[in-house]
Amino acid sequence: MATMKEVPDERGRYGLFGGRYVPETLIPALDELSDAYSQAQNDPGFQAEFTSLLKDYVGRPTPLRRAHRLSEALGFDVYLKREDLNHTGAHKINNTIGQILLARRMGKSRIIAETGAGQHGVATATAAALFGLKAQVYMGEEDVKRQALNVYRMQLLGAEVIPVASGSKTLKDATNEAIRDWVTNVRSTFYVIGSVVGPHPYPMMVRNFQSVIGQEAYLQFQELTGGLPTHIVAPVGGGSNSMGIFFAFRNDPVALIGVEAAGEGIDTGKHAATITSGVKGILHGSLSYLLQDDDGQVMPAHSVSAGLDYPGVGPEHAYLHDIGRAQYEAVTDQEALDAFHRLSKLEGIIPALESAHAVAWVIKAQHDLRQKKAKVIINLSGRGDKDVDSVREYEGGQP
Amino acid sequence: MINTGTAISEVFERTRRERRAALIPYVTAGHPRLTSLPELVQAMNDGGADIIEIGIPFSDPLADGPILQKAATKALSNGVKIRDILRDTEALSARSVPIVYLTYFNPVFHFGVRKFLEIAQNSGVTGIIIPDLPWAESQEVFDDTQDLGISLIPLVAPTSTDQHISSLEKATGFIYGVSVTGVTGVREDVDAGLKVLIDRVKQHVSLPLAIGFGISTPDQAAYVGKMADGVIVGSALVRLIDQDWSRAATRAQEFVASLRHALSN
Repeated sequence: MATMKEVPDERGRYGLFGGRYVPETLIPALDELSDAYSQAQNDPGFQAEFTSLLKDYVGRPTPLRRAHRLSEALGFDVYLKREDLNHTGAHKINNTIGQILLARRMGKSRIIAETGAGQHGVATATAAALFGLKAQVYMGEEDVKRQALNVYRMQLLGAEVIPVASGSKTLKDATNEAIRDWVTNVRSTFYVIGSVVGPHPYPMMVRNFQSVIGQEAYLQFQELTGGLPTHIVAPVGGGSNSMGIFFAFRNDPVALIGVEAAGEGIDTGKHAATITSGVKGILHGSLSYLLQDDDGQVMPAHSVSAGLDYPGVGPEHAYLHDIGRAQYEAVTDQEALDAFHRLSKLEGIIPALESAHAVAWVIKAQHDLRQKKAKVIINLSGRGDKDVDSVREYEGGQP
Repeated sequence: MINTGTAISEVFERTRRERRAALIPYVTAGHPRLTSLPELVQAMNDGGADIIEIGIPFSDPLADGPILQKAATKALSNGVKIRDILRDTEALSARSVPIVYLTYFNPVFHFGVRKFLEIAQNSGVTGIIIPDLPWAESQEVFDDTQDLGISLIPLVAPTSTDQHISSLEKATGFIYGVSVTGVTGVREDVDAGLKVLIDRVKQHVSLPLAIGFGISTPDQAAYVGKMADGVIVGSALVRLIDQDWSRAATRAQEFVASLRHALSN
């Protein structure tokens, strides 16, 4: 298999995607960030501190294990990469530890972040607390209501949650508001972005901080089986857990499958399947695929999983889709919920609804995967404790 | 090739002769009502505007403060469409001072950059400001605007490097100076660092410099007008329009006239 061209280029482009579509005020700050990040990457001290925190604070490496009962049920091998076992319950912390270390190195005293369901907000608040930094987290008013427990968690960790009342009052608007804050307080503030989105260098930086997932999975799978998996399957909202696990396998003959949220169905318009619906656009600093109307206005996304409920997607995913290196599929709310129950009962693991989308695709594609004698790794990006209440409510209290 | 920026540079030549700064008021198309734009453009002309900025609303205006966010949300919920704005502009531009558009990159990108600029140019638009298209990303759009004789108005901010400022020498029309690190909005005071920014720009570039973001009152306009070639007033005007829809045009005209009066003294 041919080695992929390394992306992004020096201008932050993944093919035609990516770039820096932000107000002029932020361009010098992005240059400063690029320089600081590139120095940190080449500093063994920084890398050693990052690795040590991932080990002793986050609890890495996370296990990779064959899911025996699910494998029996489906008739092919399924392995789970257990990002749900990280401190704070998801992969998000890999990135926030990295970015907070960078903020400290750059002498930035104030941390801001955006959050949707609250997972990235909690991971940012956690990393900020670890270093005694003050974090302010922007969260849409709707999400503040829906995710009251995560709001309290962030407050427990010493962060301030700022409700956002503009636009659709969800993640996209929280991100707008975080960018507005950054434009205003750019000299003192470090903006911790939660996914492989935003202006360059964020998509690259977040991917690199998350790439530990794939590096571990690669070695663990070799150790367990002596070979490579045939498929890697991961959910895609903004796309950080999926880029994190895809990256180490990019030059190997392994199918990379990103699973988007089809919500109530692609044809209902109530979904978050950005790449599947296939229109290019610019949001939050980069050119990628984007849910939008005929006039280029951004459309609200919908998914039962709050973490996938975002109208954009990381530019590297757009690129991997365009060059055909990764394949993007979509599963509905109902399919994800079925998988949520199935994995809970078969493996004793309650997955995050985001991760349940990846499980759902594997179940949906089982006939084909069985014929191929597939060896599948599912990136179990987070645990489902946070979703138990909303699933119970959604299903009217019936377990 | 069309002589890019002529209409705009004529404005600044005239205001320099008159020893005053040019007045550039802004309104959001489709706000407060879908059909408000023609009477508001007329009112700004009657009030003494030198250039008029028309905002094409976007769902996610990340350079805007609460007033212009709210106006964009209202305009979009009124159902305003880009084609309607282009059509209205065509009818208005013949009897107006030069019109420039302010919008975000996605609506233009989605419409098709070249197609959008061609229709805008046919409608008599003289310039376009895209706050989320920084100069370093704008080469293709710049080439198209040059081709068509429209000015792509670049922005400078207090954080901008000398290298960025120097690279604006190739621009046409005017330079949009952002008075503060921040978003659009009504502010109590003009930032003390503004003089420094203006001096830095003047040192590197000969193009006229208009200042916006936070200029809300005739006094502030007069103060900034003594240092800069133009003064841009958006949020304060839009807030006034929003306060009393039935008298929007009258109030807009009175406010623009008061700003113009302050600049002329």
